Amino acid sequence: MAGVIARLHIESKSYRDAQGAALPVLGRIDLTLGRREIVALVGPSGCGKTTLLRIIGGLDRAFEGTLEWPDGAAPRIGTVFQEPRLLPWRTVRRNLLLAQRTENPRLASDLLRTLDLSAFQDAWPNTLSLGQARRVAIARAFAIEPALILLDEPFVSLDPESAGRGQALLLAAWRARPTAAVLVTHDRAEATALADRILVLGGAPTRVLEEIVVPENARRPSIRDESA
Amino acid sequence: MSGRLAFRRKGDFVVRLSAAAAFLLVWQIGATLAHSRLLPTFTAVVRAMVRETLSGALPWNLAITLGRVAAAFVVSLVLGGALGIAMGRWRWLDLLLDNAVTVLMNLPALVIIVLIYVWFGLNETAAIAAVALNKLPSTAITLREGARALDPLLDEMALSFRMSRWRVLRHVMMPQLTPYIFAAARSGLALIWKIVLVVELLGRSNGVGFQIQIYFQLFDVTMILAYTLAFILVVQMIEWGVLRPLQLWTTEWRG
Repeated sequence: MAGVIARLHIESKSYRDAQGAALPVLGRIDLTLGRREIVALVGPSGCGKTTLLRIIGGLDRAFEGTLEWPDGAAPRIGTVFQEPRLLPWRTVRRNLLLAQRTENPRLASDLLRTLDLSAFQDAWPNTLSLGQARRVAIARAFAIEPALILLDEPFVSLDPESAGRGQALLLAAWRARPTAAVLVTHDRAEATALADRILVLGGAPTRVLEEIVVPENARRPSIRDESA
Repeated sequence: MSGRLAFRRKGDFVVRLSAAAAFLLVWQIGATLAHSRLLPTFTAVVRAMVRETLSGALPWNLAITLGRVAAAFVVSLVLGGALGIAMGRWRWLDLLLDNAVTVLMNLPALVIIVLIYVWFGLNETAAIAAVALNKLPSTAITLREGARALDPLLDEMALSFRMSRWRVLRHVMMPQLTPYIFAAARSGLALIWKIVLVVELLGRSNGVGFQIQIYFQLFDVTMILAYTLAFILVVQMIEWGVLRPLQLWTTEWRG
């Protein structure tokens, strides 16, 4: 595949418990990620999905295996954490600008508009609802002009309506600036709605149980709805 | 807006003012009844204060003391704060210096002052260093606690976005350390005022501490209280004019 942005091969990954014994989390996992591909990781909670995301993001280097970037160095990666992790003492807009290497106010405003947050750009993050704060985190990830976006359960514990809205807005942002993306979720419907490819994780230690390629005509219905 | 900055509620102001007025009234009546040189009335003290202000002696000595306080305050807060943050972040530094900080913290102020004067002479730098050194360990300990309480999730966020060191310090760490910095500043100011006077009394020939020593030898309680009152007014001005507005401004985001 020509348009490969990342090749991850995990032999194993363990944590240490309090006695220092190894607790295996991840077994053999191979993941090749296309340049504009959205891959969803689905599996039960506690199976190591977040750990896998942290390995791809370079936040966890203590694993057996290799992570290769065919372009050379690791690309710019925008991460959307499960807890939005915004800076509560900076306004929504400043949160975006501070993540950017050189501040790009036009891009920030653009993204806030795309994610329907223009009205909140000068708000303090703790005045936002969880759904809104998650959208700010998504805008922040896109604001650094990333080649890869990592999303950790971006719509978990939202009511179905806000979750659906968040998904549609995420896709709108992605369509305006397509990147590679890895989406962690435990919701298969969400995975199907957003991803090109779904890896079902499970077992102990965790490995890929099943790989589902979402059929072309079922892919990202919310985008088609909007463009129709 | 400015009303909100100074007082959260209107009634607060009335209560504070009544407390101060009641104290002054009790003082005035008590001193009038006692009728002693050793306990002057409030009005006599204010008269002395005005007289000393007009003669220029009080503003001059107060300014000198204030300068020493400011210098010692800045030195101890910057050095002690940096040391504390570093100790909170790096365990090896904490292991290395923890004992030294504890010892310095428990060394009597007088011992530090006398030793610094003996080793470095009776000069301005030694005076300020002696005061700063007294405050430095408690600042370091306060800020070390602050650095240990930093949110690791935000640390990781900053790391994942490859934020520069300066941005992390300015926008991620400092806002979390602000309450600790204010705590250190408040207790620091209180401690530094007290120690500056001792330093002036022992080895300087000007400043409020020196004046108080002179009036102590003359048993002139009125003048001692006049200088003290001027002092209290300045401290209150700093608290209400600088510290509180600054604190409200930095915590505005809490809503």
